[in-house]
Amino acid sequence: MAKSPEDRHPVKAFGWAATDPSGDLSPFKFSRRETGDEDVRFKVLYCWICHTDLHSIKNDWGNSTYPLLPGHEIVGEVTEVGGKVTKVKVGDKVGVGGLVGTCHSCENCLNDLEIYCPKLILTYNSIHTDGTITYGGYSDHMVANQRYIVRFPDNLRLAAGAPLLCAGITVYSPLKYFGLAEAGKHVGVVGLGGLGHVAVKFAKAFGAKVIVISTSPSKMKEALEHLGADSFLASRDPQQMQAAMGTLDGIIDTVSAVHPLLPLLSLLKSNGKLIMVGAPEKPLELPIFPLLMGRKTVAGSMGGGMKETQEMIDFAAKHNITADIEVISMDYVNTAMERLDKADVRYRFVIDIGNTLAATKP
Amino acid sequence: MGTVEEQKVQQKKAFGWAARDTSGFLSPFNFSRRATGEKDVTFKVVYCGICHSDLHMIKNEWGVSTYPLVPGHEIVGVVTEIGSKVEKFKVGDRVGVGCMVGSCRSCDSCANNLENYCPKMILTYGGTYYDGTTTYGGYSDIVVADEHFIVRIPDNLPLDAAAPLLCAGITVYSPLRYYGLDKPGMHVGVVGLGGLGHVAVKFAKAMGVKVTVISTSPNKKKEAIEHLGADSFLVSRNQDEMQAAMSTMDGIIDTVSAQHPLMPLMGLLKSHGKIVLLGVSEKPLELPVFPLLVGRKIVGGSAIGGMKETQEMINFAAKHNITADIEVIPIDYVNTAIERLVKADVRYRFVIDIANTMKSSSSS
Repeated sequence: MAKSPEDRHPVKAFGWAATDPSGDLSPFKFSRRETGDEDVRFKVLYCWICHTDLHSIKNDWGNSTYPLLPGHEIVGEVTEVGGKVTKVKVGDKVGVGGLVGTCHSCENCLNDLEIYCPKLILTYNSIHTDGTITYGGYSDHMVANQRYIVRFPDNLRLAAGAPLLCAGITVYSPLKYFGLAEAGKHVGVVGLGGLGHVAVKFAKAFGAKVIVISTSPSKMKEALEHLGADSFLASRDPQQMQAAMGTLDGIIDTVSAVHPLLPLLSLLKSNGKLIMVGAPEKPLELPIFPLLMGRKTVAGSMGGGMKETQEMIDFAAKHNITADIEVISMDYVNTAMERLDKADVRYRFVIDIGNTLAATKP
Repeated sequence: MGTVEEQKVQQKKAFGWAARDTSGFLSPFNFSRRATGEKDVTFKVVYCGICHSDLHMIKNEWGVSTYPLVPGHEIVGVVTEIGSKVEKFKVGDRVGVGCMVGSCRSCDSCANNLENYCPKMILTYGGTYYDGTTTYGGYSDIVVADEHFIVRIPDNLPLDAAAPLLCAGITVYSPLRYYGLDKPGMHVGVVGLGGLGHVAVKFAKAMGVKVTVISTSPNKKKEAIEHLGADSFLVSRNQDEMQAAMSTMDGIIDTVSAQHPLMPLMGLLKSHGKIVLLGVSEKPLELPVFPLLVGRKIVGGSAIGGMKETQEMINFAAKHNITADIEVIPIDYVNTAIERLVKADVRYRFVIDIANTMKSSSSS
């Protein structure tokens, strides 16, 4: 007889999950495994709402299994460690990002690129090695293999630091891999949301000159005065776009809606790189001439391996980089999702799990 | 240097075949080339390859052609005259000119031996030279070009089979190097077995790379494996074969210029793999983004190569005895050749025997 989510594992857990593609989240009782030898168990203090959560609860990508308990930017405090855990101890502040399991033996795993492992197990909505569905961080506690746990430095504020576990690594990794994390490089960031605003902060910390490219001219003040971008390009203004042609070494494109690539390719210098980190559901149109005539590339990037995620967190702590957040209570989550759908947030919602989840338990 | 009138008098008579209109029909054409300037090299054309680009240009398919248009940018010959400041060449040298004859020589690209990406790059034909004149290509008896844009053809390379390297050769050599698909033991796919594709197989093999030819035509398999030395062959319309080859390639050199689906090709790449597009498609291709993200894959372009690299490529070809597979034709066959090229009916490049079949203009 199939077990219910509440009975599948020995340790009771509680969170909020979506039960169908309406995406409405509601209280959900489930269970988690016991703390294995290599596991770290922690009580969740904060969990951020990522745009991926929104896509997943509504089954936008057609791969959602319900009940779906999202959340993959999770921080908390360690309550128990397994006998073989060396990385952290009880009381430490830790985080988990987008992955909780990989094969550990393929080329990617052996090269600290676990995120590209073909047997990747995502923090939520994935099948774990024991056949059960993974449940994410909109919940009271998490248990994960120590390999997927990130230590949080003391000087990185928990609430504002943890969107870095997804948004941060998602932009940090391609800035480095594609050679844009260098002083003097001229980098464009398309879209000023959860990913975009963090991209500006990291790129500036690397010494790059940053231009924010956005459809909303109203974001200019914010981009320049608050985030420290060097300039702002209103992408719907043909004159501004024309003036900026051939000026960028690279572009981090965070936009997940379908959008034209030709104007962005035109902004690149020759040998420039357009890196997609947003995931439009439909294919985009790829014009060929600009690629050939400038030896330009379009690439994708998705998060980063665990070693690089830790490196990114440490870098963020050193340079005081955190996400701009709006803290909400658990029962505000559905409203927050509606607002996120309209991009009405600067720039990430964070659920104060530690203080507000328990009260919602029926 | 004399007055403009004197320079005009000093111009050389030249003879070639040109297209007069968008029908693309080529016919005899008398014109003139500039006098040999101090940095110029003049050479008698011995052979000229017919590139697919010539076909597009004579019919104005890219909307940039002006008529009369003398095509040809895979040009080889023997030096007959050099300017007073020419240092690299002497009369009698075997030389070639590819797709460009000028650039600004001062931008970042030019300073980095990437003249092909210079925004002021001047094409060998259909372009406008520094002196305001239209450039005419290699379907002609002589060529005058700045020595910077001339390459030397080593003695052990036959001129006729070396000519296509000046465009097809550099077009595939450059991305194999730039995108790092030249390491022994790597696995690279080559899509399309035509002028570019067959040379890509030869270069990649010489670099120690394992090569899989990917084609819509199963009948090219024997040729690919037995003659060109490819390690394997994939029929792109065969779902089972494509499935079995998923995630096996470090890179793909895609020479196809027609619109075609990228998704199946991206599936063949390992994570961090690269697909390089070389074929000029006027219409955009569909780019599925998920596979790019999930595998950190790259889609890039490339167009010919700089002069330094072109010479390096020719030297590499000479060292490894790499030449194009060609069908030599007389100039008056050229229109038929173009029709056959439209139907991809050539293994794999037509080369015009200029020296023996094109009447030369009388010397001035």
